[in-house]
Amino acid sequence: MSSGALWAVVLAGGVGCYLLKLAGLSVPAAWVQRPWVTRVVEFVPAALLGALVAVQAATSAHHLVADGRLVGLAVAALALALRAPFIVVLVLAGAAGALVAVLTG
Amino acid sequence: MSRSPRAATLRDAVGLGVAVGLYGTAFGAAAAAAGLSPLQALTMSLLMFTGASQFALVGVLGAGGGAVAAVAGALLLGTRNTVYGVRLLPLLRPRGAWRRMATAHWVIDETTALAVSAPERALARLAFTAGGATIFTLWNATTLVGALGAAALGTTARAALDAVVPAAFLALLWPRLQPGFPEAAAQRRVALGGAVVALALTPFVPAGVQVVAAVVAVALAGRPRRAAAAAEEAA
Repeated sequence: MSSGALWAVVLAGGVGCYLLKLAGLSVPAAWVQRPWVTRVVEFVPAALLGALVAVQAATSAHHLVADGRLVGLAVAALALALRAPFIVVLVLAGAAGALVAVLTG
Repeated sequence: MSRSPRAATLRDAVGLGVAVGLYGTAFGAAAAAAGLSPLQALTMSLLMFTGASQFALVGVLGAGGGAVAAVAGALLLGTRNTVYGVRLLPLLRPRGAWRRMATAHWVIDETTALAVSAPERALARLAFTAGGATIFTLWNATTLVGALGAAALGTTARAALDAVVPAAFLALLWPRLQPGFPEAAAQRRVALGGAVVALALTPFVPAGVQVVAAVVAVALAGRPRRAAAAAEEAA
């Protein structure tokens, strides 16, 4: 793809994604305050975060994979259960992922 | 643990911002591998500023996909942010067109999760702004670093980054699953449903699409019960 075509993709994608964000903040308040809208949206984060955790931890392209990310996730879950601070959870998960990469390298 | 809610909110927001912001290095590297110049990679992080869409776009390009498919993948994942905006509007209440346009730019997964997780409205705005500023600054800086030094990031450092991202999403999800959270049992079912649907769809749909599809599927599955509950509330 030429540099010009790449620029077109970058700009079209960027402007389009921004307009999608702006649309969310621009709908009328009455539309937002409908009970079923707030009800559905109340549960979107859990569905989304659950999906993101699974996809980021256990997939690569179109395959299900088990690697250091799953070990890191298990360590993170243990740290969260023990009420470790957020940043500690992330550091422990990263260290676990790196360790698995070194050991299996 | 006697820390003020404000300090706790700020610390969580900046902590998540640092973790997610650093992941921009991986995006910069992926963009370079897909054939984008460092300036094009940086322009994406400045203008698009929504990680999943950015990864989708360079992922499609890197896999040999066309311009339309690349933009479509980014926009499809970008629809998530429209839903977030609806959720955030009553929390953030940006006044005036300019403030609304500025706020919109930072409406992403992480800032939404931070804002909706905050215990009160003032803290939601603080979490959104602190998280957004931290992520925006670091995400753009590390995008440039990654694009310029794609080969410099060792495999071990990349493995650590790869493990931090799902852990960060789990840490955001965690409070919703605890007994103290409103309707925690339903939140747990929804989270598990999202994870299972996303994994089941992974082999069959374009990369990234399974996340959006999982959210839609779970929303549809829960709809009748939610409508009934809403009717009860209204009654």
